[in-house]
Parts: sequence; structure tokens; C-alpha cells
Amino acid sequence: MKKLTLFLILLSMTLTACTSGETVPHSKGVYLLLDTSGTYTNELRKAQQIISYLLGTLGPGDSFAVARIDSGSFSEKDIIAKVTFDSRPSVSNAQKRAFAQTVNSFVNNVKSSPYTDISGGLLQAIEFLNEAKVGKKHILIYSDLKEELPEGYVRDFDLILDGFSVHALNVTKLRTDNIDPREYLNRLEDWKIKINNGGGKWTVVNDLDREDALMLM
Amino acid sequence: MERADSTLSGMLMIPGQPALSVLILVILLMIGLYMGRSSIHSLILKMTELIASAMNMAAQSMGQAEKKLRDRNREVLLELGQEQVERQLDREFFRVNTAVERDLGRYPTLQRVIADQITHIEEDYKKSGQMLPPTPEWIEAVEAVAKLKLDHKNNQLTANILDSIHEASVKHQKQVMKEYRDSVSRRHRLLQGLRPYWRRLTHTIDEVGGTMKSLMDRAQDIDTQMARYEEIRHGSEKAERTLRSSAGIQFVVSLFVVLIAVGGAIINFNLIALPMSEMVGATARIGGYQVADISAMVIILVEISMGLFLMEGLRFTRLFPVIGSMDDRLRLRMIWISFTILFSLACVESALAFMRDQIAMDLSALRHSLSAGGVVQAVEVTVVNNWIPMVGQMVMGFILPFALTFVAIPLESLANSSRSVLGDLIALGLRSTAFLLRLVGDVFKHLGEWLTHFYDIFIFVPLWVEKTVLTRIHQNGKKNDEPITTLTEHEVGVEPVMK
Repeated sequence: MKKLTLFLILLSMTLTACTSGETVPHSKGVYLLLDTSGTYTNELRKAQQIISYLLGTLGPGDSFAVARIDSGSFSEKDIIAKVTFDSRPSVSNAQKRAFAQTVNSFVNNVKSSPYTDISGGLLQAIEFLNEAKVGKKHILIYSDLKEELPEGYVRDFDLILDGFSVHALNVTKLRTDNIDPREYLNRLEDWKIKINNGGGKWTVVNDLDREDALMLM
Repeated sequence: MERADSTLSGMLMIPGQPALSVLILVILLMIGLYMGRSSIHSLILKMTELIASAMNMAAQSMGQAEKKLRDRNREVLLELGQEQVERQLDREFFRVNTAVERDLGRYPTLQRVIADQITHIEEDYKKSGQMLPPTPEWIEAVEAVAKLKLDHKNNQLTANILDSIHEASVKHQKQVMKEYRDSVSRRHRLLQGLRPYWRRLTHTIDEVGGTMKSLMDRAQDIDTQMARYEEIRHGSEKAERTLRSSAGIQFVVSLFVVLIAVGGAIINFNLIALPMSEMVGATARIGGYQVADISAMVIILVEISMGLFLMEGLRFTRLFPVIGSMDDRLRLRMIWISFTILFSLACVESALAFMRDQIAMDLSALRHSLSAGGVVQAVEVTVVNNWIPMVGQMVMGFILPFALTFVAIPLESLANSSRSVLGDLIALGLRSTAFLLRLVGDVFKHLGEWLTHFYDIFIFVPLWVEKTVLTRIHQNGKKNDEPITTLTEHEVGVEPVMK
């Protein structure tokens, strides 16, 4: 009887160790930053499709957050919706429905911001995904990547992006880019350097109609 | 380029004369090879012989291993065959026992019935025997009257007496005839009453005859099996051949059925893996695999195990001798326990299949709403579309565990036949390897000769010179010392290539 009890205790301990320890590395974390500055708000309908796609792709245990990029984005207030999907598929589906509704109402009532603090949004994304303790970390930036900071805001420091994949989506060309395309190319190059220096992986996806465009994870 | 030219010119023995230099080099090389000819020949032959003998030794050991394996395979095959025939004999004896208990167990009753019927028939037969009508008593009176003296005084009296007698005789004759007819009619009735008895008797005897014939057939089967058993016990070649062929066929067929069962298990797994995530969660993992998947797999494996126990308890298979040798009451209890667990798991699977359908529908509705821009819309699903897959999945979930139960039979067959078939395949592999090693050994054995001949090609000039010189010396010697025998190859100086 004692031996049996000991065996059961050891078995349960082993199973607990296996189950709890292995949960983290297999889950995914996605943080989507939506640019709400200027005319880019018109592009948000397209972003809604990306969110729907991601909701359909992500599974139980994964974390997903959508945040806006405004004048000062390093803030929890800018997170529109965030969720870690429940391990049960039925509950997870209900969470996805609620998430989609929240995003929908945000897109319908969004107001454009005067500045674009992309770096602040990235910092917030890093913080969120690190806290979520997910295995694969993806940050999606839905923006034209033109950063405009209010006076006094400091963002010229290195980001720590080890283990992160940063994907720039729908990087539209500005009017000034059309006059001098080097501005656009330089902008992309600057961000690439910034992300790579931080240890992250950088990709740009402009054609969202491609079948593999959003197969980021 | 210039550097290469200078290196080449440095290598020349006579500067500016490359052809002469090469010729001198070739001649020197030829002389060197000629001088070391016997040593190099010996080295080549020894090396190739060594390799050849090593190959032969390896081939021999392979051959021995193959022989041992073949003997072991033979033992296994005969043992399996013996066990199989024993099982068949056991079954035949069981059937005979059942037939004897069922049919011949009531033989005493049957015999009594037959005896009663025969007695009854005999009695009735006796009764139906024809009885002669009694001799009329008045005949004596007629004779007495006939003896009276015929005179006129007595004529009237005699006539009267005779009339009376005639009257009495007519009356008596009528009575006797009536009695006779009654008796005949009674006999006919008795004989008619015998018919069902005869029929019943014939039927009973036919029945006994049928039983006896069935027993005779069984006895013939048993005789055939016993003859086969004896052959196997004596290990005859015919029995071995038959068993080997039978094992091969069994292996292929059972492997095919087991593969089908594996397909069924995979379908079963897919049916319950998703809903299991609803029960145990989809995020927990053990060793990189989802707990939900492992749980589904465990359920299927438990079902297969229960199926094995059930089949073992029912004595369809003999994979576990402990179960086979159990007390009948205990075995019956085990059968019921296995069946109950199997039934419960089938019900669980059916419920999981239902849940799977619900989850799939929910997911479909979610995707539909997401594609509509986050607006939740009602999905139009017809009633038929709704319940057919659901019922289908539930039925499959219920039936598949029971279907998987029967995998025990081909599994046992596969386990038994694979011992012999795999053993034969390994033996074949060993035999082929031994053959290849022997072949390589033989090639090396002859390779030595070929290499020495090939070596001699490079020094054919000195060899030709040697041969010519020696021939001349011998011819001179021949002239001096007549008679002289014919020159042998050895005498002309050509060394035998092979020792």
C-alpha cells in the first residue's frame, strides 16, 4: 500500500512537472500595432481583415493583443484588446468573438492622432509579450513607419528584441516618398537596422493579397 | 606556366632531351620492377590469399549462423504447427463431446422408446393374427342324423331335424360371418394403428443413424488431424513445407488486416482528439505532445487492450496463457468486466464524437463571422446537413471500439507467423551475405593471379630477353649433351606465376 502511494505520488509529480513546464514554449504571442495617425486611419478596415485572419489562426494558449499607435504609445491605455486564449476550444472561440467585437467597435469610432510614436508602441509590445511568457513572439506594425514624436519624448535608445520577429505590414508610400523615393527606402532601412541591432528579425509585407502574406508564424 | 615548365625541365635526366630522358626512366623502372618481380609477386599473392581466406572464414561463420537460425526456425514452426493442430483437435473433441452429450446422452431413453415401440408392434402384430372360425357344433349332430336308418318312419323326423339343423346352421353361419368380419376389421384397425409406430421407429432409427454419421465424420476429421499431428511431431519435411507455406500466407493476410485496423485506429484518434482538448485542455503537453492527443491515444489503446482481454477470455486467442488457464467462473467475470469497460469507452467515444461536431460547428460559425468583419451572423444550415454528420460521427465513435476488438485475432496470427517468417528472412539475408562473401573471396583468390600477370606486362621486355637467353643456353647445351629432354617452361626460365 505504501509502495503504491509512493508510486502514485511520483507519477503525479512527474506528470505535473511535464505538463506545467512544457506549456510555455509551444504557445505564440502576437502584438499588432495599428497606426492611427493622419490619413492612415483609412487603412484600418484592411487591418481588421488581418485581425480576423489571426483570430482564425491562433489557437488555445496563444496570446494576442491589438494596440494603437498615437502620440505616446508606451502605455497600457493604448491597448485596444488583449487576450490569452483559454485551453478549451469552446471558451477560446467565445473569447475570439468578444475580441472581434471590441476591435470592430474601435475601428468604427477611431480618431486620428497628431503624432506617431512607433518606438513607444514597440516597447509596450515587448513588455506585453515578455510578460505573456510565450514561445514565439511576433510584433506586427501596421503603419507607414513614419515616426513623429511630440516634443520632449525620448526614443533614441536600443530595443531588446532577442527572440522577437517584427513584421511591418502595409507600409504605404507618403506624398514626400513619391517626390523622393529614397526617403521611403531610408525609412525602411533605418527600421531594419534598429530591429536587427536589437536582436530581432525584420520582414516587410506590403502585398497583403498574397496567399502567404500573413503566414508569418 | 613558366614555373611549371622549369619544374618539368628540372625533372629531366638529360636537359633538352625529354624523349630520351623518358626512355631512360622507363628502362630504369622496368629493370627495377624486373629485379623485384618475385618479391612483389609473392606480396600480391599473399595479400589476396589473406583477404580471400578472411572472406571465406566470414562466409563460413555466416553459414553456421544461418544453419542455427534455420534449425531454430524449424523448431518454432513445428512447435507452432503442433500447437495449432492441438487446438484444432481440442475443438474437434469438444464438438464430439457436445454431440455425444446432446445426442447419445439420451440414448438409453431412446433405446427404451425403441424397445417399447417394438414390443407394442409385436403385441399388435400378434393380435392382428387371423383366427379360424370355430368349428360349428352342429356338424357332429348332422353326422349323427346321417347315420340314422333311412326308413319311411324316420323320413319325416329326419327331414324335420335337418330343417332345424339347416335353420340353425344358416343362423350360425350368419353369426360366425359377422364375428369373422368384425375380427378382420379389428385386425385391420390394429394393423393401421401400427403405421405411426413404424414411422416413429424409422424416424428414431434415422436420427440415431444421423448422429452416428456425424460422429463418424468427426472421427475422420480427428484421424486426419492426428495424422498431421504425428507428421509434425516427427518433423517430416512435408509437414514443415506445409507449415512454412501456411505461415507465409497467414503473415501476409494478418498484416493486411492489422494495417486496416491501424487505419481504423487513426480515424478513431482523429474523431476524439479535438473533443479531448475540451476535457483536458489543448495547451498542456507531455514530452512535446499535447495531453489531449495522448489521452485520445490512451483511450484507443485501452480499448484495444480490453478487446484483447475479451477475445482472450472468450478463448478466441491465446496470447495470454494466464487468462486461458483461469477458472471458468473467474474467466467469465473477466469477460464481463472487459466488456463493460469497452462498452463504457464506446459510449464515451460516442459522446466525444458529438462534442467534436459541436466544436466544429462553433468554429465554422466563428470563421464565418470573422470573415464577415467581426459581425456575428447566423449560419444557414439545413436540418439534414446538421444531423447526418453528427449521427454518423456518433455511430462511428460507438462502433469503432468494438470493431477494433477483433484486431486481437489477426494480431495473434501476425505475432505467431512473424516469428517464422522474419526468421526465414533473416536466414535468407545471412545466406545471401555468406554467398557474397564467398564470391568476393573467390574474386580475390583469382585477383592475385591477374595482378601478377598484369605486373608482368610492364616488364615484358626483360622477361622476353631472359627467355631468349635461357633458350639459347639450353639449345647450346642440347647440342653438346645429346640426347636432351624437351625444355619445360621452368627450364627456359619462366617462373610459374602461381605457387
